[in-house]
Amino acid sequence: MKFGIIIFPGTWSDRDTFKALSNVMDYDSNFVWHNERNIDDYDCIVIPGGFSYGDYLRCGAIAKFSPIMDSVKQHAKKGKPVIGICNGFQILCESGLLPGALVANQSMQFKCEWVNLKIENRKSIFTNKIKLTQNILKIPISHGEGNYIVEKDTLKSIKDNNQIIFKYSDKYGKVTDASNPNGSIDNIAGITNKKGNIMGMMPHPEKAAELILGSKDGRLIFQSLVGNYL
Amino acid sequence: MKINQNILDEIALSKYEYNEIVKKLKRTPNMLELGLFGALWSEHCGYKHTKELLRTLPSTSPNLLVTAGSENAGIIDIGDEYAIAFKIESHNHPSAVEPFEGAATGIGGIVRDIFAMGARPIALLNSLRFGSTNKNKTKHIFNGVVSGISAYGNCLGIPNIGGEVYFNESYDENPLVNAMCIGLIQKGKFISASAKNDGDLLLLVGADTGRDGIHGASGLASKTFNKESELRSTVQVGNPFMEKNLIEACLESIKHIGVNGLQDCGAAGLTSAAIEMAERSKLGLEIYIEKVPRREEGMTAYEVMLSESQERMLLAIDPKYVESIIKIFDKWDLDSSVIGKFIKGDQIEIIENKNSLCKTSINILTNPPTYKLNSEIPEWMIKLQNKKTDPPFTNLSSEETFIKLIESPNISSRRPVYTQYDHHVQTNTIIEPGGDAALIRIEGSNNKGIAVSTDCNSTLCYLDPYIGTLIAVSESCRNVSLTGATPIALTNGLNFGNPKKDYVQYQITESIRALRDGANEFNIPIISGNASLFNESGNESIFPTPIIGSVGLLDNIYKFCSVKFKHPGDIIYILGVNETYDFGNSLSGSEYMKFFFNEINGKPVIKIKEEVNLQKACRELIKDQIINSAHDCSDGGLSVAIAESCINGNIGATINEDLPVNWHKALFGETQSRVIVSTSKNKSKYLEEIVLKNNIPYKKIGIVGGEDLIFGKNFKISLNIIIKHYDNGLETSLSD
Repeated sequence: MKFGIIIFPGTWSDRDTFKALSNVMDYDSNFVWHNERNIDDYDCIVIPGGFSYGDYLRCGAIAKFSPIMDSVKQHAKKGKPVIGICNGFQILCESGLLPGALVANQSMQFKCEWVNLKIENRKSIFTNKIKLTQNILKIPISHGEGNYIVEKDTLKSIKDNNQIIFKYSDKYGKVTDASNPNGSIDNIAGITNKKGNIMGMMPHPEKAAELILGSKDGRLIFQSLVGNYL
Repeated sequence: MKINQNILDEIALSKYEYNEIVKKLKRTPNMLELGLFGALWSEHCGYKHTKELLRTLPSTSPNLLVTAGSENAGIIDIGDEYAIAFKIESHNHPSAVEPFEGAATGIGGIVRDIFAMGARPIALLNSLRFGSTNKNKTKHIFNGVVSGISAYGNCLGIPNIGGEVYFNESYDENPLVNAMCIGLIQKGKFISASAKNDGDLLLLVGADTGRDGIHGASGLASKTFNKESELRSTVQVGNPFMEKNLIEACLESIKHIGVNGLQDCGAAGLTSAAIEMAERSKLGLEIYIEKVPRREEGMTAYEVMLSESQERMLLAIDPKYVESIIKIFDKWDLDSSVIGKFIKGDQIEIIENKNSLCKTSINILTNPPTYKLNSEIPEWMIKLQNKKTDPPFTNLSSEETFIKLIESPNISSRRPVYTQYDHHVQTNTIIEPGGDAALIRIEGSNNKGIAVSTDCNSTLCYLDPYIGTLIAVSESCRNVSLTGATPIALTNGLNFGNPKKDYVQYQITESIRALRDGANEFNIPIISGNASLFNESGNESIFPTPIIGSVGLLDNIYKFCSVKFKHPGDIIYILGVNETYDFGNSLSGSEYMKFFFNEINGKPVIKIKEEVNLQKACRELIKDQIINSAHDCSDGGLSVAIAESCINGNIGATINEDLPVNWHKALFGETQSRVIVSTSKNKSKYLEEIVLKNNIPYKKIGIVGGEDLIFGKNFKISLNIIIKHYDNGLETSLSD
């Protein structure tokens, strides 16, 4: 499986994603500049974190007009996987590829810390190869606008369709108010589209790929995905 | 043109200095030239009061690839084909006037300093000082500064891995915002801030030039100020997104043939950047001022030369490659314009539409007069040092006193601050903020890492600037050593009051003398530095605050040590002394005396040779993997040190010996050169062997485990309660 990592001006998790995918996990990955249009070479597109276009106007609001986003839409239409991490999640929401939106953290402050994620849906391609004994994933967040909001009706439909993949929880997997770092509705940390091939998540799995940095749980998400395409 | 005192005041030049200019030029300067002199002869750019002293600092080492002073910072070899450069810079006055933008652009400035050398910025630290927490102004400045650093730094994708935050009323009107940046360079890829040949073109890239920040260096940073409203326009506004693109574009451009030099535009804008570049190249320079892209209409040459608009860089490029170099900046949506040319000679000529506006000697512009400082100790300091009061007890129990101290503004957890900074990006952070020093992996190296710490206890520097600075050097190195890393170089951010005052001159002189002696004792060079003078609240100078940044090299990142207690049953030792509790005059200048009694007196003490030796032994213990944790006794003394090891490890500890009658000294005394370590039972024998071999006094004092912090029979507090107070202390202190 070949990963394409998109770089917008202002993206900064591109290198970290490449390191995790190619150096740590030995997968094939490559950078894709936002002005390119042809991404046929890639099986999975990753939109990494950062501050694309300085997050001016609204997070992801300018990036969605980049030429590459048309190609990403085509790519997704074919059923191929797309992962948006942090700013990538915001861009996917702005582009209409995922429901809902991300607004300023309830604290109105940027937050960088380790969080625990309960795996809400173990059947998605991003989680179905994760062992059942893996109760939670320990992965860091790093964002000022990660507070997920969504209309009532849409929330009901994403619940009914099992589109919620991760929820912020305590270390035992219990979803509590205290474990919600940003005020997201229902502690939502990651969702997919209806079809299940596009996932957006605020926490950074690429930053949790090595034990010496605190956790390697982030690998499990990419490994699960690759497992589905073997 | 008539030069009067008002004009000189505006550009912060004295009558004497003006006369020097006339004498050297052998004519009177025109207004534009006077602006250039005002900037380059300012304290901020010219180091008039510190240059002579700074020359005495050790700046050589076999590992130095570029010596300090010859470029923006020295570059130090760390092996495996890599080198690092680092530097501290202050943005105190801008942050006093406009906390958010002042702090944000402070980050922008130091980051540009580092990537201007061809280094990729790999870490940031911030050393912050604010006024008393009970003042509304402090809350405003604190919130602005922290969110400014957060907003700007996070956008750049550089991990912010450490620093310090302290509160003291001497900073009520004048906060200190010192930022440190570290950059990584592949050996041989370093780029100089100079041109190679005459005929090289001067390329300005990045932001358009506006009227912001005019007289920032001369007006804001080089004199004291009273009415902050008058100075607001001297503060710049930052655009971190453009800075991020500048980093990437500049680092891409230096791989291109024909890029001969790179320089950041910082204080005094184009004036300082371009003229320093020419001076370093031993060339002259023509500037075609009309070519500088403007943000505003009607700007004069004077304004363009002195603007401190942010996010601008200068390149010296070979004229043959102009087009392909400009293409790189186009790719990153950055404007670039050729605005000048290096020429033979020593003159800078500023030309506007073919009219020559000035032609001035660079040598004269860059050599301001220097001043010799008073080195006599002031009476009041002697009195303060000799004042001996028997430290009082609080009217609380030892346990209640401890809780009050652990939640006090200067001791409580800095978590509410550092969680606002991204410290994970670049995925190399091994020891996160919250411990003694941060530790990051050197990507691409053979498992090497660097540990970094900034430190300065300004209360001790106030009591004795020499000893206080020596302690700052020691503690900064100690923090680094306790991760297992060996200190390899220092940088400094020297923050002092008004250098026109005799006692401030004494503080500066003594502090720099200690910096020199300390660096020599640790046998490491000082590769860069920054001096910020004229820091005053009201008419009172701030406590002398020489912030010391130290960087250490760890050969194997898998053999590091942290402050965390790890395993129940591990034995706790104190190293550096052979008593559990300390009974000297260790409460002098302590946090205990300041916080409970607002009293500062006595004379601080450090035995520097013993300190160096202690650190060496600790590194040996870590390298041989004998100890499981290491933490020094610093602010708040023994009790706080042990509590922090418990809190970070989330495990309790019991200290065997009962508290003495003088429990305040025992728990909160701040005697230097003490380290708390823990080791497993079966390794304690080796620990004792190594410390004995190194002649380090030590004592076995307790055991790790349980859910409480216990000192003998009469002190027992649940760790959960301690954590609650420690974690919430800062926010509580700053809440209304």
